[in-house]
Amino acid sequence: MTALPLETHEDIGAVLRLRLAGFVRSLRDSGFKVGLAETGDAATLLMSPLVQRPAALRAAFRSLFCGRLSDWQRFDDLFDAYWLGRGVKSGVKVTGTSPKKGMKTIRELVDAQGARQDTIAGDVDRRPGEEDEASDDTPSRRREGASIADNLGQVDFRDIQDPDALKKAHDLAERLARSMRVRLTRRDRQKRKGPRLDLRRTIRHSIAHGGTPIDLVHKGPRERQLRLVILLDASGSMNNYTGVFTRFVHGILDNFREAEAFLFHTRLVHVSSALSERDAGRALDRMGLMAQGVGGGTKIGEALSDFNRWHAARVIHSRTCVMILSDGYDTCAPEILGAEMARLRRRCRRIVWLNPMLGWDGYEPVTSGMQAALPHVDLFAPAHNLDSLAALEPYLARL
Amino acid sequence: MTQTKDQIALELAEAGYIADEGLATALLLTGMLGRPLLLEGEAGVGKTEVAKALARLEKTDLIRLQCYEGLDRSDAIYEWNYQRQLLAIKAREGTGADANSVEEAVFSEKYLLERPLLASIRQVKPPVLLIDEIDRADEEFEAFLLEILSDYQVSIPELGTVTATSIPRVVLTSNGTRELSDALRRRCLYHYVDYPTPDREARILLSRVDGLDAALALQIAELMGKLRKEDLVKVPGVAETIDWAAALLGLGAKDLGANRELVFETLACVLKTREDRARVTKDVTDRLLGKVA
Repeated sequence: MTALPLETHEDIGAVLRLRLAGFVRSLRDSGFKVGLAETGDAATLLMSPLVQRPAALRAAFRSLFCGRLSDWQRFDDLFDAYWLGRGVKSGVKVTGTSPKKGMKTIRELVDAQGARQDTIAGDVDRRPGEEDEASDDTPSRRREGASIADNLGQVDFRDIQDPDALKKAHDLAERLARSMRVRLTRRDRQKRKGPRLDLRRTIRHSIAHGGTPIDLVHKGPRERQLRLVILLDASGSMNNYTGVFTRFVHGILDNFREAEAFLFHTRLVHVSSALSERDAGRALDRMGLMAQGVGGGTKIGEALSDFNRWHAARVIHSRTCVMILSDGYDTCAPEILGAEMARLRRRCRRIVWLNPMLGWDGYEPVTSGMQAALPHVDLFAPAHNLDSLAALEPYLARL
Repeated sequence: MTQTKDQIALELAEAGYIADEGLATALLLTGMLGRPLLLEGEAGVGKTEVAKALARLEKTDLIRLQCYEGLDRSDAIYEWNYQRQLLAIKAREGTGADANSVEEAVFSEKYLLERPLLASIRQVKPPVLLIDEIDRADEEFEAFLLEILSDYQVSIPELGTVTATSIPRVVLTSNGTRELSDALRRRCLYHYVDYPTPDREARILLSRVDGLDAALALQIAELMGKLRKEDLVKVPGVAETIDWAAALLGLGAKDLGANRELVFETLACVLKTREDRARVTKDVTDRLLGKVA
């Protein structure tokens, strides 16, 4: 280990400054939020006599550069790799790297849905006129966001074959999610009367009456917006729906101030940070990287158990609605699912289970997993087309 | 700055807080760089205690702002004493005082109620400002706090801008019930307070529980370490350990291995939900004790 040239220099030398800049860059590549002010402070630290040993410097830099637990846990490795030349390569790029071969990504699923037309278009009976109806869907015909071109709204997502129509369905799903947020907040603000006097405003209003407070202004607890926690099933059996649901979830996360998204197949992945990306394409790319192994089996029970154990305390409060998007095919024992649903039920306000298969003719939720989960579900609703997603909004607004 | 982190750790210990090395460095840096310190960690690991110990160490006041949902300016920064203002206006009504002088009198220091944030920047000696459980406050408040923490000044429309007479040492704590904004995180130094290692926890016990035997303290600390690894709904914190140690001491336990019954019965001090109580059965306790004693 070479000693850092700290003792000999009064000012930090040009070499060291370059090294520091490189380190900051590698931190940024690894997703650290580091600004100019932090770099400046780091240079100050390098000059100070406090940090003559690498270990002391590491502790100081760790406090300075880290902002959250995930940073905190990775920092020592990154530091050692950069300054001491040990261990792993520095900086794992989040965006831009291509996923491993053989693993299906969300992005591929989204694209694949559109591309399916070329391969298996003949298998599924297409509804006549669907494409034409969808494409002359001019803006004037839409009611705000949530309203869906009439035909497209009722078409089951798995039956949409045309790439354009599918893209439209995706966009509509996202717009639907956006409009939900607008209406919910509007309703929240209307309540103005409360139990306590707002003296500041009362006195302000009294000016009009020469200082006598005639108009009393009240204040009460502001109504908090609903928090949505979404658990999205991305297993093989849900392949037909994963694409459009992902867009729907992305729309919700982009617009609800308080929303969290998790994706599960055989394990649970927290994908909120990836989906907070504004651009849908890039968000899906990032999510795809986080959630390797999409399209495999499902372990709902275990995923829920993980959720309850590690995330529930943080993301759930008393005004939380948990929305599970899944077909209920579970390879775990149904008892696990039942027990975990019961635990979840105690924590949150409502559990909504959206099952795309519920929209199919003749479907009965008889699978053992679904049977175990149903007693704990407040709303069990179909989610096979845009209309069924739009129907959710009034329910959510009532909570 | 002549202090080193070892000195700080030592002084903290004298002030009743056993810090790990990283925390001592972080506290040193808050003084050096003038940045707030954000402490995150599970409930009950002693985040609030850090600020209290820091105040004792610096021999200065601790000003505490407890955050909650709906916390706003009037609770955090300042508020006018409206009742007194109304009285004052009424009292002057008959005297024929002109409007300007009444207004000036009513919006003066006398009628200003200082709340923690304003109070903390108007002290002569820099105090320690503890902003507790910042994650419970709304996001709007967080943005507002950010502004104060970077400029250290407050503008009161009726009175003018109040600039800090001294820059407080700011400690923020968060339990992670809500994700904090990146801007706030970036502004702050960060330290993640983990559950203490058995060795450190034993030292904490020794400093907090009078008359505790060092061997027993280590046994308790080790048992707690094992217990936290069990699948519990509510993982016990350091405060629980201290309670439990005091209970065991009060009941005359000398060695955990020899008092298995007593250990099991006093677990109520550390396990606070029905599920946890049911999960840690006698067998489990014996297994955990077997590893320790």
